[in-house]
Amino acid sequence: MSDKRYPAATIAADAPANALIQQRAIAVLGALFGLFLIFGVGFAHPEAIHNAAHDSRHAFAFPCH
Amino acid sequence: MRRTTRATPSPSPATERRTVIPRFLASALLAGFLAGLAVTLLQPFTTAPLIMQAEAYEHAAAAPASGTPHAHDHAQGEDSGWKPSGGMERLIFTALANVITGVGFGFLLVASFALWNGKANGRTGVIWGMAGFAVFTLAPSLGLAPELPTTQAAGLMARQTWWILTAAATAAGLWLLVFPRKPLAAAAGIAAIALPHIIGAPHPHGFSTQIPPELAAQFAAASIVTSAVFWACLGWLAGALYGRDSAAESRSSGAPDRPRYRAAS
Repeated sequence: MSDKRYPAATIAADAPANALIQQRAIAVLGALFGLFLIFGVGFAHPEAIHNAAHDSRHAFAFPCH
Repeated sequence: MRRTTRATPSPSPATERRTVIPRFLASALLAGFLAGLAVTLLQPFTTAPLIMQAEAYEHAAAAPASGTPHAHDHAQGEDSGWKPSGGMERLIFTALANVITGVGFGFLLVASFALWNGKANGRTGVIWGMAGFAVFTLAPSLGLAPELPTTQAAGLMARQTWWILTAAATAAGLWLLVFPRKPLAAAAGIAAIALPHIIGAPHPHGFSTQIPPELAAQFAAASIVTSAVFWACLGWLAGALYGRDSAAESRSSGAPDRPRYRAAS
């Protein structure tokens, strides 16, 4: 089951490799964007960002103060 | 939940390209938004009252000593920057932060679906969500227990660094345990998960706080339980939303559902 990768890629029979690479590229970019957001909310030091996200940081147990 | 959204297979890679990105974005954004909203509704019953209580203790302890208007000082000892005023404004900013956190973790989850095999549903999504809970809540909280605002702690940078490295090591360790299916990889995975705790989290040399220990203990539990609910919601939503269209893209796995759901499309 886990070896049957990228079923979406098999539809476009003429270019499965492209679709696979594309799907991975989107995933990596999306993951980087997600990490950027988490860093901003949970870790960024500027006072205003810290104060705005304060209760959320404590609730999610990000290191704070 | 699985639904056939397109009656015919994509005729060309170009069509496929048009559907992959919107599906990725829509599921990460919507799942993150809804999970952030859910946790915002939950916090007033779990973590938020305990934060308020801790701040009350801090005010009481700090007022006679220094006379500062708010004792909620930071590592630098200055609290001069902007902060939301209490009540509604504070709640709105907390909700915003929760939603952004949800979207951030939502992107990580959906990226995991896409990198693994491009398939997901609500059930597998919850399993991925529990992995996220282990990586981003359980493992870091073993070394750095969820803290109330006034709890004394070691330097912020050191704790943030340990937190991030622990999450990364736990994620890598879980991957090694689950996917390669080789004893050596599994052993390496266990070692990676254990390593940050063998090194140990940065801690202050002594403990001194005005907060009753019962309050701190309640908060640690409330924070972990709230996070568990958040990750279960996020995992289910992300998996269900991301998997909604994979029936159309995956002929083989979509086939059994087709007779039942044809009318819906």
